[in-house]
Amino acid sequence: MKWLNEEDIDHIAIGASVLGTGGGGDPYIGKLMALHAIRKYGPVQVITMDELKEDHWIVPISGMGSPSVLVEKIPSFEMLMAPLIAYEKASGKKIDIVMPIEIGGVNSLIPVAVAAMKGIPILDGDAMGRAFPEAQMVTFHLDGLKPELVTIADEKGNTVTIEPADGHWSEKIARTITISMGGSSIVADYGVTGIQAKKSVIPGTLTLAQKIGEILKQPRNGAVHPIELLLTLLDGHQLFRGKAVEIKRGIEGGFTRGKAVFEGSEENDLDSCVLSFQNEHLLAEINNKPIAMTPDLIAVLDEETGMPITTEGLRYGARVIIVAFPANERWRTPIGIETAGPRYFKYPYDYTPLEILIKEFVPS
Amino acid sequence: MIRLGIDVGGTNTDGVLLNAKNEVICSTKTPTTKNVFSGIQTTIEELLASSSVNVDDIKIATLGTTHCTNAIVERKSLNRIGIIRICLPSGTTVPPLVDWPEDLVDKLQAKTALIHGGYEFNGSPITGIRIDELMETVESFRGSVDSIAITGVFSPVLADQEKEVAAFLQQHLPLIPISLSSEIGTIGLIERENATILNAALKNVIKHVAEGFKQALVNKGIHAKIYFGQNDGTLMTDVFAQKYPIFTIACGPTNSIRGASFLSKEHNAIVVDIGGTTTDIGVLANGFPRQTSLAVEVGGVRTNYRMPDIYSLGLGGGTQVTLKDGAWKIGPESVGYQLPEKALIFGGETLTVTDVAVGVGVLGMENTQDEKLVSIPTQDIYPQIVEMVERAIDRMKTSKEDVPVVLVGGGATLMPETLKGANRIIRPEHAGVANAIGAALGDISGTCEKIYLLTDREHHEVIEEAKQEAIQAAIEAGADPHRIDIIQLEDFPLAYIPGEAILVRVKVAGPLLLESEK
Repeated sequence: MKWLNEEDIDHIAIGASVLGTGGGGDPYIGKLMALHAIRKYGPVQVITMDELKEDHWIVPISGMGSPSVLVEKIPSFEMLMAPLIAYEKASGKKIDIVMPIEIGGVNSLIPVAVAAMKGIPILDGDAMGRAFPEAQMVTFHLDGLKPELVTIADEKGNTVTIEPADGHWSEKIARTITISMGGSSIVADYGVTGIQAKKSVIPGTLTLAQKIGEILKQPRNGAVHPIELLLTLLDGHQLFRGKAVEIKRGIEGGFTRGKAVFEGSEENDLDSCVLSFQNEHLLAEINNKPIAMTPDLIAVLDEETGMPITTEGLRYGARVIIVAFPANERWRTPIGIETAGPRYFKYPYDYTPLEILIKEFVPS
Repeated sequence: MIRLGIDVGGTNTDGVLLNAKNEVICSTKTPTTKNVFSGIQTTIEELLASSSVNVDDIKIATLGTTHCTNAIVERKSLNRIGIIRICLPSGTTVPPLVDWPEDLVDKLQAKTALIHGGYEFNGSPITGIRIDELMETVESFRGSVDSIAITGVFSPVLADQEKEVAAFLQQHLPLIPISLSSEIGTIGLIERENATILNAALKNVIKHVAEGFKQALVNKGIHAKIYFGQNDGTLMTDVFAQKYPIFTIACGPTNSIRGASFLSKEHNAIVVDIGGTTTDIGVLANGFPRQTSLAVEVGGVRTNYRMPDIYSLGLGGGTQVTLKDGAWKIGPESVGYQLPEKALIFGGETLTVTDVAVGVGVLGMENTQDEKLVSIPTQDIYPQIVEMVERAIDRMKTSKEDVPVVLVGGGATLMPETLKGANRIIRPEHAGVANAIGAALGDISGTCEKIYLLTDREHHEVIEEAKQEAIQAAIEAGADPHRIDIIQLEDFPLAYIPGEAILVRVKVAGPLLLESEK
């Protein structure tokens, strides 16, 4: 049995920004919410997938809407609790455990604050294994589950319960409600039993985020670079070493979409790399050939510190190492690729796994 | 008319006198003393002694100082703070000061009040202000706070509620200074609130600085109007500085960038300021220091108010060079002000960057013990030092094109004739006191950074409104209304915020309006 303390929160926040693959919202505000909740209500218990009982009732909780609104209109404790109360009322079942819907970005830590306040455990797992921009991009959807019940709350005391037809409708309706609530809401959806969670949830991701944070936060001893430790931990590959030379951003349908161009150095001296993003990094091409693509994870790390750089924080001259990690197997299925593969984001490639692209790559 | 400029840095206090044509009459460099004012006093004495200026001709005296930075870093002389956040029903999951270092929180002895109010992103009020809550706040603050910080949800979009609350408090606690977040920071409530609290905490410090500076001047018979250097490279009047002390933080590097611009006549360049321990690299954009777009930590507190974009390297004339595992390592340790005793060429035992530059013949000095360098492969080490600076220059550039590089500071002579990324290198005269010159020269600026909604307004209308607001701010700060130029104007759409919202940033500046011209 494990309990999360203040230091753990710090580590999870760093790990969440690596797994956020450039997007997912700055985990900072989530970190502050979780820190204060733990100070006020005590540490949070973490339940592993093995400890899960079949009849446990688990509900994912997350923030929806604009991170720019979330950092200004910060949730109240009542707002965090409201979707759970509405969920219990509509389902007629007591919630035993909460979980993060995504482990990347700010949503990794909002459920920690909720768990502390409600005095219930958090599940060590999530439904993305990373961050994605849309609500239906979850393993539950891949397993054919519907959200059944979605509860949405704001800080003003409004709570809305919907019974959407499927994940796509849930995304559409919940987003409209969120906008009319002032651009940011707290959402509970995809409540599952222990049996279902064992089938659908990607296990161990909260601990994974924490381990990533520990690696990047520990003092450099000089022997092994933190990025190498990270690649070992995540079974990842270093794609490229170089410098950001051009960044183009635009707003398209509420998303930040753009490209970043990198000039190679050292082992990539003669290469160039182009990274395409829509909030998250979704496609990496070296010398005009794809080297990693969504749903696999692409992260841009500071060459010196190994700390992740977000798409918003990336600037000309940044010396970076671009890395990629294989997505969970669930995303590499036909439905996974249909839901969050390169074609869904309108990139002109069929999905090819990272390991294959790496093998085919010939440096110039 | 003569201008006196003083820049108090961590190591040195620099001073300069400029004539009406802004030419350097004389300059000094003395070690910064523990009691900063005695160092300022010495600087004034030396300047007057080495020139024949009449003290009555000194009409303007400007001070760039690290006082406020030091007060925060050392947690000294800070005010007791009353914090008001206009946020309920939102905001309770992250109360003020959550992520602050404990020792700093202890010093502030803060009283906190979360009250009803705040706006949505589009400026529509979430709820109104409640008088009973304000009365309660007044009672809890009375007698136990010296300075108040007010922050409202989405106040950068609409500041009316912050002003309403401030007016009420002013009426009931008339002697207590109030800081408003909408005048200090941008979107991101916690970071803006943090900057506002720091600003409020510095009110005593800045008062003390102003009094000390005035006294130092009066002691020498100088009756000049005083100004303070602020971190955008411009000046502010005493009155303005009393309201916004936080804007003096990081004025040192900006003073040196402004000084470098004036001395080199460059308006767009990279400025490399090499000192004894560190090298600060900044960007000169249209004659002013470029600002950073990222959150900046001040004394362990995350803030989002405007700060210069400075990249600092642990490299200076006194930086130690050591052999470790067969490779030469540059810094970050430095012998600092002890360079004249510790460096090899001066008879010491420590290999420094200055030794290496002498060894390769870039730097020539008289009466040095160059024989001590014979066994050191300076030709191998020197390129490493140059590369550190070249990499930093590259990091600060915004595009691939080579740019002019202005070298200032005591260590400017350590650099070679050419640098990668530079299309030319300028080493202006008086480069050693560029920061004091920058402090003496400064223009007066005004800024406006606001979110506007384009739902029922035209783009050009809101831009014009922002311009006027910035110009008004500059006039209030003491600029000559007839000579104000727009030096920065940008607007960009806001990600994630539904509807058409744009962030507009305008900065204007003009020479200060002298009493005699009014």
